[in-house]
Amino acid sequence: MSGPRRIITRAGSGRPQTGGWELAVWYLMRLTGLGLFVTALAHFSITHFLFDPAEQTAGWILDERWGSLAWRTVDWLMLGFVVFHSFMGMRTVVGDYTRGGVRVALTMGLYLGAFVLFALGTIAVASLPFPVD
Amino acid sequence: MLFRYRGGEGMLAWAFHRISGVAIWTFLLLHVLDIWLAGVNPDAYDEVLKIYGSPVGRVGEMLLGAALLYHALNGLRIIVIDFWPALTRFHRAMWYACWVIFVVVGVPGAYLILKPIWNG
Repeated sequence: MSGPRRIITRAGSGRPQTGGWELAVWYLMRLTGLGLFVTALAHFSITHFLFDPAEQTAGWILDERWGSLAWRTVDWLMLGFVVFHSFMGMRTVVGDYTRGGVRVALTMGLYLGAFVLFALGTIAVASLPFPVD
Repeated sequence: MLFRYRGGEGMLAWAFHRISGVAIWTFLLLHVLDIWLAGVNPDAYDEVLKIYGSPVGRVGEMLLGAALLYHALNGLRIIVIDFWPALTRFHRAMWYACWVIFVVVGVPGAYLILKPIWNG
């Protein structure tokens, strides 16, 4: 099945036929999406259902949430997934509604923003001291 | 009116996916910054946390959860359709199934998030 019918009956964008980078992005969007289905939903459940937002002070994050290297690793993995997935998703949005120089400028802005956010998140998860016990 | 547009459910599924995605992206910018703040200025972070615990903050978190849950469920539907194109026939049924799960999981979830507003 190909052509218009396929276009109106799917919510996602079609698999790129050109291969290379864009095809890799297409697969990575789905792969990171699956990763986020597990990590982001678990993250939201932990921070809203297992614990209440009001009790999650900076001290609590250090002692409980990020008290183990395993949790920090999971959260750092989630950071990688979400930065790629959300910024590449925004790139699709920008590509749909802008063109020419504006599109290039906004896309470059997104790549820069993704790098800055990934760096900030990595600094946060890696540099917070562990509790002394 | 929306349902009678040519695109039908498929178009709505796409529109909601895009709107929820942009909303989650916006929150992500804020969220990475506030966690970064927890490291460099814990006291300032604890001040920001008061907003998250406030009634307005909780309504915001409920909306964030709704966006996240819809995006996750419909995203799974997209992946199923992408890798098993024959199932495109059932894309409407799968979209309605997303909404069933959305309500079954989302309503108790919203209750848990909002409960402290009236329980104090």
